[in-house]
Amino acid sequence: MSTDLEEKISARTAPLVAEWTGKVLDAGPGDVACERGYIVHWVESTENANPLYWDELVARELTGGWVAPPSMLSVWMRPLMFKPNNRHGAGEQIRPLEMHFRLKDAFELPEGIVTANEIVFGVPVRPGDVISTKQTVAEIGDVRTNRLGTGRPWTIDVTYTNQRGEVVAVESYRMFCYVRTAK
Amino acid sequence: MNPSLTFEKVSFGDALPALELNVTARTVIMGASSSRDWQPQHHDHAWATTRAGTKDIFLNTPNQAGFIERYLTDWTGPHGRLGRMKFRMRRPVYPGETLVFSGTVRNTAVDEQGCAWVDVDIELTVGGEVATEVSARLAIPKDADDNPWRRAHDDWRP
Repeated sequence: MSTDLEEKISARTAPLVAEWTGKVLDAGPGDVACERGYIVHWVESTENANPLYWDELVARELTGGWVAPPSMLSVWMRPLMFKPNNRHGAGEQIRPLEMHFRLKDAFELPEGIVTANEIVFGVPVRPGDVISTKQTVAEIGDVRTNRLGTGRPWTIDVTYTNQRGEVVAVESYRMFCYVRTAK
Repeated sequence: MNPSLTFEKVSFGDALPALELNVTARTVIMGASSSRDWQPQHHDHAWATTRAGTKDIFLNTPNQAGFIERYLTDWTGPHGRLGRMKFRMRRPVYPGETLVFSGTVRNTAVDEQGCAWVDVDIELTVGGEVATEVSARLAIPKDADDNPWRRAHDDWRP
């Protein structure tokens, strides 16, 4: 049995589901290129002793030179928190995974969490690479309530390509966006 | 450099060595920083508790992916190459908690291109409660002369 809040959100957002499903955002190249400093910070934070990321001789032998850990993928799409000339326009808020935030705004669901994530990795990312993304709304689910609140799940697919047009990964984010339930 | 783990050494049902991680506020915030994720629930306690409704700041998704990759390549050595990873978060992971990684080989296969694949199911638990479930697919050397990192184009089909 659905709650009043579920019915209210469902009625308000139902027309948006068809409008937004399948929308594609070409987010263009990321603000930062892959570089060693980011890689070192990543393996520092994950306490990763893999010599591929610490020993250049090993990297040369196994991968033909430095590569980034595949799991670093989303690092290359996140916008800088500050830059002098925001390409999205002066005064516009800078947001990572922009399509997700546009959905949140459109659906008026202010909170959101990632509930599942799937990544298929392609060509390795190397220092100097600049990664571009295309973000697609794959699915918007029905209104539901959990311990966090009431809202909708949705899935956003992100295709990552390097400056040569090679696919470095395809990632799928499953989100739940909600209004908090009063306690 | 010789591979430390090759395909013939891996069998269905093999258990990966467990890993324990004591999660601190530094773990969470450094993970957010290294993944360039400045969403406030990963560094701002007041925002996490009052806005997101969580108990504290918590590990972000990319940082968990990084720890999972590290867990897998601790086992395979540097020749191991991640092909696919799927994970589902069941509960947030907070500072003060001990995260335990465990993994089991659920499939092994060599594809038409000769790439040797190992599928691993991983659980990240806190006090016995599953926080994150992972299915990962890794390429490992088929034999001592193989190197999955040299695969490209049609020879790399994760």
